[in-house]
Amino acid sequence: MSSRDVVLARVRRALAEVPRDGGPGGAGAGAPPLVRDYRRVHGARTTAETVELLAENLAEYRASVHRSDAAGLPALIGRLLAERGARRVVVPRGLEPGWLAEVRAEVVEDRAEQTARELDAVDSVVTGCAVAIAETGTLVLDAGPDQGRRRITLVPDHHVCVVRVPGQVVGSVPEALPRLVPGRPLTWISGPSATSDIELDRVEGVHGPRTLEVVLVEAAGAGGAGGG
Amino acid sequence: MTGTYLGMPAFPRAAAGSTRDARLRANLTHATHTIRDKRARAVAELDDWAQLRAAGAAVKDRTLLRLDRYLEQLEAAVVAAGGRVHWAADAAEANRIVTELVRETGEREVVKVKSMATQEIGLNEALEQAGIRAYETDLAELIVQLGEDLPSHILVPAIHRNRAEIRDIFRREMGRWGRPAPEGLSDAPAELAEAARLHLREKFLAAKVGISGANFMVAETGTLVVVESEGNGRMCLTLPETLISVVGIEKVVPTWQDLEIFLQLLPRSSTAERMNPYTSTWTGTVDGDGPRTFHLVLLDNGRTDTLADSVGRQALRCIRCSACLNVCPVYERAGGHAYGSPYPGPIGAILTPQLRGLAGPLEESLPYASSLCGACYEVCPVAIDIPEVLVHLRERVVEGGPGVRRGARVVLKPAKGHAAERAAMRAAAWAFDHPGVLRRGMRLAARTRGLHPRRLPGPGRAWSQDRDLPVVPPESFRDWWRRTRGGSSGQPSRGEGDAG
Repeated sequence: MSSRDVVLARVRRALAEVPRDGGPGGAGAGAPPLVRDYRRVHGARTTAETVELLAENLAEYRASVHRSDAAGLPALIGRLLAERGARRVVVPRGLEPGWLAEVRAEVVEDRAEQTARELDAVDSVVTGCAVAIAETGTLVLDAGPDQGRRRITLVPDHHVCVVRVPGQVVGSVPEALPRLVPGRPLTWISGPSATSDIELDRVEGVHGPRTLEVVLVEAAGAGGAGGG
Repeated sequence: MTGTYLGMPAFPRAAAGSTRDARLRANLTHATHTIRDKRARAVAELDDWAQLRAAGAAVKDRTLLRLDRYLEQLEAAVVAAGGRVHWAADAAEANRIVTELVRETGEREVVKVKSMATQEIGLNEALEQAGIRAYETDLAELIVQLGEDLPSHILVPAIHRNRAEIRDIFRREMGRWGRPAPEGLSDAPAELAEAARLHLREKFLAAKVGISGANFMVAETGTLVVVESEGNGRMCLTLPETLISVVGIEKVVPTWQDLEIFLQLLPRSSTAERMNPYTSTWTGTVDGDGPRTFHLVLLDNGRTDTLADSVGRQALRCIRCSACLNVCPVYERAGGHAYGSPYPGPIGAILTPQLRGLAGPLEESLPYASSLCGACYEVCPVAIDIPEVLVHLRERVVEGGPGVRRGARVVLKPAKGHAAERAAMRAAAWAFDHPGVLRRGMRLAARTRGLHPRRLPGPGRAWSQDRDLPVVPPESFRDWWRRTRGGSSGQPSRGEGDAG
């Protein structure tokens, strides 16, 4: 008997007294009903307020938040990288080329052959995102064309992430999951990496990018608050 | 479980030592009180916490009662996504499987994400015997590993170490295993974190094999989820060519949508954050992104035995948040090591005796390592009634009864001789030395008067046959005294903060 059979047989024996009624949801008769009466989103907000909450929560977990309209985005990205002193910047292949128009640093494309050591010699990374969650201050990356392989947002120490507002912003975790594809590798990012392992004192910056800069960019024509 | 903590004394004896360690107690008190208050604030932000908690418990219960079905569904989904699935009935088998998988790669070093399951099975020791060095990459696990120490908290395994001790360990040990600590390293947490970043970066960049656990596995999609803070998890999950995940079979949840419950419950209960810094999800393998080979090792190791107990099985809902440790007056004073397993605190007191069986003095004493104050149940995000299971296990220790060991039905004998009584009396003696613990226990006794039996169960039955058991008064003497000695206020001054 394989270990698979052993374990499954043990499970079935352990549950021998549980009626196998296969009712809705397929749980045994002894199971409590699953009632999803928790909130889809906490509180009522306008779209603008949801974006504002995202900005607040990102900032509270020590991400730097910048705002821009579409026209001002290239200049803002160029400025953020220059202020950082970045000499080499890695970008996913599907990033909007216009975003990099004012980047003075050397731009390296995300490639399958790139080694982790090569990435370690890169200063910054610029990506888009798939979804941003206002209530938790979370950016979700799904390895899409403007986000690239997971490692490019991990090894460099400085991450500039562009969020299209309000289109990519959802209120809550329950609103985010249906917009994500489980088969894609996802990375949920809430602030720069951190640890509380030393006396439960929060320290920002361990292994992932220690500086996370988020640019909330208004869709073209929607107007914006300008850089900064 | 294996011998990670082999030879640990029973809880009262271990606690008697650790409670006299003033530094340990000071570290623990500071840390647990800090996180306790933060957690309360994070939870209070969500006005539907009670509904989320009930839904979390219901999802877990419903899954456990059809666990075979969901495991088969999970296996099929992982395989369809390009992963390989292995089944391990016990720790030894899991260790054999992982060792063999690492050998097949030809590598002698692996990087590890913090994982309770691999601590439980003693994987690092097993790999070491096979000549494979496992590098722990979570900061606290690194501190524990470099200090040749044992973890003492689920979330913060080095909670018993303060910053000065950590600096000393880094200065002394880092150079033995790789990049030494920077010259003049101070005990500032930011500098210590920087030292760990530099030391471990070399390991990550060179790593060919990563080993992880998982917080959740989604049956319908075959997706695994790892929740973390530091980014060491992302490093281990994405940079190596081969990824091996060792996961307890109780970690499965049926649907992708179910994550909306647990990704709200876990971070707020655990680190008291709205969301932890990094969560990674992956489904099998992806061309050109992350490991080319993915192995999932599904671990039983006593879980099916636990599942067979209709009262005790609720322990399998546990999502390893550690909120119950942080509020426990016994944990705060005894520390994690006294529990003799990787699962300390209230959850450990019900999990360890069930996973291992009531196999010896340590396991028999753990159900007594509690004042039954109920704070653990209050904070548990999946509503595990830990006091109920503790009482149930105490009954098993004293009376014996039916149980399941390694899948076989057994009849447990009452704890040998007067061992049970001795265990209980030692625990009582310890509680009398710790007035806060005693006070809470007495209050609980008073509040649960309606449930007290008129006859003792088990060996006490003959004694109580012709005698009435003394009735527990509605209020303990201590509470009565606290209430009346001032004369002015009729209100007992109780609250969660008065554990001392």
